[in-house]
Amino acid sequence: MNTPSPPDPHGTEPPDEPDGRGTPVGRRLVLGMLGLGAAGIAAAPVLQRGVEAVAAKDPTGLTDVLPAGGGFRYYSVVASVPRKNEDTYRLTVDGLVEHAATYTLDELRALPQTRIVRDVQCVTGWRVPDTPFQGVVLSELLDAAGVLPEGRAIRFECFDGAYSESLTLQQARRKDVLVCHRMQDKDVSHAHGGPVRLYVAPMYFYKSAKWLSRITVTDKVIPGYWEERGYDIDAWVGRSNGRDDTPTT
Amino acid sequence: MTSTPGSAGPTAATTPPPPELPARVRRFSRGERWIHRTTAALMAVCLFSAACLYLPSLAQLVGRRYLMVTVHEWSGILLPAPFLVGLLSRAFRADLRRLNRFGPHDRDWWRAALRREKGPRPAGKFNAGQKSYAAWIAGATLVMLGTGLIMWFTHLTPLSWRTGSTFVHDWLALAISVVLAGHIGKALADPESRRGLRTGSVDRAWAEREHSLWRP
Repeated sequence: MNTPSPPDPHGTEPPDEPDGRGTPVGRRLVLGMLGLGAAGIAAAPVLQRGVEAVAAKDPTGLTDVLPAGGGFRYYSVVASVPRKNEDTYRLTVDGLVEHAATYTLDELRALPQTRIVRDVQCVTGWRVPDTPFQGVVLSELLDAAGVLPEGRAIRFECFDGAYSESLTLQQARRKDVLVCHRMQDKDVSHAHGGPVRLYVAPMYFYKSAKWLSRITVTDKVIPGYWEERGYDIDAWVGRSNGRDDTPTT
Repeated sequence: MTSTPGSAGPTAATTPPPPELPARVRRFSRGERWIHRTTAALMAVCLFSAACLYLPSLAQLVGRRYLMVTVHEWSGILLPAPFLVGLLSRAFRADLRRLNRFGPHDRDWWRAALRREKGPRPAGKFNAGQKSYAAWIAGATLVMLGTGLIMWFTHLTPLSWRTGSTFVHDWLALAISVVLAGHIGKALADPESRRGLRTGSVDRAWAEREHSLWRP
């Protein structure tokens, strides 16, 4: 600060003005923020666990609106989604099958049930640990319909009128792919894609279509909603970079 | 020497120049005002679309995720554009330099502000609070841009980076909302400073009181 500033080459500053002289604190603040941001990315796992621990014991519910409380985020690709209940909900299984079928909610509940507890992992980064899902294993519905030999893939459609998803037949036959009517040990709420949603445990959560209304066996994979917009069709969590816990299989 | 028409009248020689300086002083050029306006508009769109993506009640009300994501991504990525275009303006570059450099009077300003002392505090064209805000929001915007790009282009980085970026992006968004509310609150409390950004000039008495070290 003892060194005088060099004369302004453009002559924009009167010589007696103290402005434009002194320590470049502004630049240091900008660089400091960049450093803090990088440190925040690196320290996020530890910090996130801390936030989740506080959120778990929070009686006020305040942490629900604060970031990274370990909660779900509401995603819908349409303006509004119709509501369906026991009386109005139907799930259709059709396409390359011997006998197409339609299920009511009660019929789905009456089938053999499977409950699995896995992490939910969004492709953009947020995660909800240890979430229970319960419903019918998809392969049982496929077996009941009888997939024809030319059936190679599954297309999922939703009663929001826009969302769709896809799996290969092999992926769809996994034991951790469920047609769920229960989530977090409650009936699947409308916001979570109720009354019935898909849960594809080993893949990023966009594969787990909400508001599921139709399962169609096709001869090839038809890319789903986000897949037409750039996301991977084969969205394995465990085989993507960076995930250091065991794959959700 | 021939006289120019209109200057040879009897009053021309006797009228003295006006003794006092003009009542209003120039503070911001037209270009600088547009930089502020466009940045503010982009920030508003970015924050509104962020709220529609993030706040559950608003997200359920608005839906249309792909549209909201697209609006958010593009308003975010364009946020530095007015600044970068503004670098063409000499007045803007001169003000950036004033914002960057902190002198001894800025320390006095912060001390007086933290002690909540009454009365004017020493300041150049920008006071130490404005300088600190400018640098903080610039740095915060760059961090939001970086973490946002990591989440946007999911193939660029490992998942752990995306999880970390989500964490930083969310908390920094909250911090930015609070700081921005302070920025807007300060502006609402000072009509003359708002007039400076709206019209480009401010009242001389205001400038001498609030920015005593500024030589416009």
